[in-house]
Formats: sequence, C-alpha cells, structure tokens
Amino acid sequence: MTTRYTKDHEYIRVEGDAGIVGISDYAQSQLGDVVFVELPSVGKTLSKGDEAAVVESVKAASEVYAPVSGEVVEVNSELEASPGTVNEDPAGRGWFMKIRLTDQSELDGLLTEEQYQEFVKSIS
Amino acid sequence: MAEPAPLLQTPLHAEHVALGARMVPFAGYDMPVQYPTGILTEHTWTREHAGLFDVSHMGQAFLVAEDESHETVARALEALIPADVLNLKPDQQRYSQLLADDGGILDDLMVTRVGAPGREGRLYLVVNASMKEADYAHIQARLPKGVSLDRKDDLALMALQGPSAEAVLGRLAPEAAALPFMMSADVRIDGVPCHVSRSGYTGEDGFEISCRAEDAAKLWNRLLADPEVKPIGLGARDSLRLEAGLCLYGHDIDTTTSPIEAGLIWSIQKRRREGGGFPGAERIQREIKEGPARVRVGIRPEGRAPAREGATITTPDGREVGIVTSGGFGPTVNGPVSMGYVLKDVSAVGTDLHLVVRGKPLPAKVSAMPFAPHRYKR
Repeated sequence: MTTRYTKDHEYIRVEGDAGIVGISDYAQSQLGDVVFVELPSVGKTLSKGDEAAVVESVKAASEVYAPVSGEVVEVNSELEASPGTVNEDPAGRGWFMKIRLTDQSELDGLLTEEQYQEFVKSIS
Repeated sequence: MAEPAPLLQTPLHAEHVALGARMVPFAGYDMPVQYPTGILTEHTWTREHAGLFDVSHMGQAFLVAEDESHETVARALEALIPADVLNLKPDQQRYSQLLADDGGILDDLMVTRVGAPGREGRLYLVVNASMKEADYAHIQARLPKGVSLDRKDDLALMALQGPSAEAVLGRLAPEAAALPFMMSADVRIDGVPCHVSRSGYTGEDGFEISCRAEDAAKLWNRLLADPEVKPIGLGARDSLRLEAGLCLYGHDIDTTTSPIEAGLIWSIQKRRREGGGFPGAERIQREIKEGPARVRVGIRPEGRAPAREGATITTPDGREVGIVTSGGFGPTVNGPVSMGYVLKDVSAVGTDLHLVVRGKPLPAKVSAMPFAPHRYKR
C-alpha cells in the first residue's frame, strides 16, 4: 500500500490496481467546515488533472482534481449526508472516490508522504 | 506590478492573533475570518449564546452643524440619503443608504442623532470599511456651509450579538442593557467610556459598542471573560447576516441597484417617500408607485448544494430571470440559502426557479426572508 500526494492536496492510497482518493489533513484544515461534497458518478473516466469532485466549505467551493487517470469504481456516498466527515477523518472515513488506475507509472510523478509534508511546510 | 499597500490593522489585531485567528485581507485590513473552532461553531454559538465581533474597520464619523441645530445637520444629510433624519429622536438610530443621482446605492450606513446634552447638531455615522474613503469624499463635497464631517479614525467598534448579549452587557452596564432596539446611549463599561447602540448585523438581539482605540483591548477582553461570549470572525458574520436576509454592500446592493429593488423601502419613511428631496428621488418614487422591474428575493435551493454569488437564475424552462448576489450554507437553516435579483413576474414566494451551479440547473424556490427569524428586542 502506497500513499501519494499532489500539490493540490489530494491523496491517493493505492491498493493493487485501484486507489482511494481524498484530500489531505492540511487541505481540510485550510477549507474549514465542509458543508457539501459533489462526487462523480461511478463509471466516469477521468484523466489525470480532471475536475473529479467539488468540496464546499461555508466560505467557498473548491475543486478536487483526479491525481491519476482511471475509472471511478466507487464513491463515498456517506459524504452526502455527513460532509463534515471530511474534516473529522480526511485520511479515513472522509475519502471521496476509488479510481481504477489506467497507468500505474503516473504515480511516479506524485509526491511521497515525506515530500508532501515538506511541500506543506514550505507554503504554510 | 506595484506592491500592494500594506494591510491596516484594527486596535484589536494583537488580540485576534493571540486567540489563534486565521487572518485574511478584507477591505484593506488584516481581519480575522475565523478563530480555531471554525465558522459553523461560531455561527451557532452566536445564535445560542453571544458572539463578539471586531468591526473596527468600519468608518465612524460625525456630521457637525456649526449652529448646533439638529435641523441644520439633519437637512444636510437628508440631501444625500432617503431616510427621515429630521424626526429622529435624540439617541435614535436609523439604517439608510447614500444615494447616487440616479438612485443607485453608493453605500449603506447607520445614522444616529447624538443625544448627549450640549452636543446638539451632531449625527453619528457608521459606514462600510471598503467604502469609507469614497463616502467621506462624497459627503464632504456636498455639505452646505456650516456643516462639517469629522472622521473618527481613532475609535474602535465591536458588536456583541446573540440571545445572551443583554445579560452579558447587563452585568457590566445595566443602563445599556435596558436600551430598546435602534436606540443608543453613552455608558461606561468596566470604567471604559463607550457609545452603545442596540443594533447589529446578525438578526439576533445585540449591541454595537464604540470606544476609544486605546481602550478597545481592555473592553474586548472584559467581554470575552464572560463564559457566554466567544470571539466571532468575518466568516460567521457573513453566514449570520445572510440567514438574516441582510444586504452586504458590493454584493446585494451597489450603484446598479436602487433601495426599492433591494426591498429596503421600509428604510424610507413616509415623509421622504412623499416629499422626495434626495438623490434619485424621481426614480425611487416611480418604482414605489409602479413597482420595480426586478426585486431582491430569498431563494432556497432544494438540494444540498449551495448556489453562490454570480449563479444565474432561470425559470424551470430555462428563461434567464436573474442572478444570485449572495449565497452559501446556512448553519441555522441547516441547508443552502441564497438571495438575488429576479424579474418581478417570478418573485412571489413559492415560485419554482433553477439556479445554475457549475453548469447544472438545480431546482430552488423563492423563499420569504429572513431565513432565520429576527430576534430583535423592540
């Protein structure tokens, strides 16, 4: 199991040929209270960098981009009723979607945990 | 590119930083958007207890008549705003708008007739932070001889809002807690000389308290020491006023909207409606008589997705009928709320509309405002 990050603060936790996508703890803390999440439909094909979901805090709406290319195979529909889960447990119960990767090598272009933490430190 | 001007700080800046606030630029000031517990908690706390807001960035000023006559200063201001200033009682406050010659709104403001003995012929004004320089220039250029504008940049302003505000202030200054809605008084709070009015921008009962900048931190901390009081940032200030159906200048009202379109006719007293004598009177009197072509309404999206400023409003069959001017999530309503301008024929409460969010039409209904009931002490 490997977790990789983007500079837009999405994470992908890869298990086999699929990965769980969500937003980092830093991202949720910057957004503040999440009040609405719009998820893609299962079966949707995304290219790396596509707008995959929308997360809205009290203040503003932000896009969640696909960290890799692939097909959406599952979404966390619990977030529709309890969007605040994104704040409470972003790395766990607050996940957004599961993507089946079309190109594993795209992961190489993403940040490791250590690199991401360095990046967060450099911008905060 | 030119360097941006350095941000101004209110007299309470150090208090916000010490409280762990997230500071953001707002109207040229470095202001707290939220404290560590977050906007939802702050919003709900204000509705259930009492919230303390730093609004020292707003502009405070006096209009002063040299002859110390209320009539002189009232007539000078009545030439610029459509409210009845002449018939204000001493210490009474009114909401109004500075109008352009075409009846568009240059800013909205609060006007109070100073009631202190020996200070007749003065009006106390509070204007928006983002507009204060423009407002002061506009006012100054239009004052008759014998009336002058005295800007008070050395004053702080804070708001104490919520159902516990009366009890909290009553423990420190009982005479202030006895004020009726939209009345004001000069009082001492814990020894600090203050001007207190029973008003606010949340829809809750509460007070706005003006004091000298050098006393602000002492007063702020004295009020915060009450377990019923928590500090509230600009984020919750916005969600509170939105649920209360109150206009935010530059968003819900601006130079392209008239007070009648904005649903602010209640702020134009009968004498002024009939007598006119303010900028744009012809348009405003016509709109009162014939009804404006478009009006500001409340709108409730039927789903959970907020529809924010700029979202297009259409009829269910796709006819474009207006635009959202404020929108977001209403924590007390526990759902999305918006306000915006729509054509008169689709403005009745209950009318089905669509709000276009990220290209998708979302079903919504025209709703009565406020979204959360006002709880003023009249």
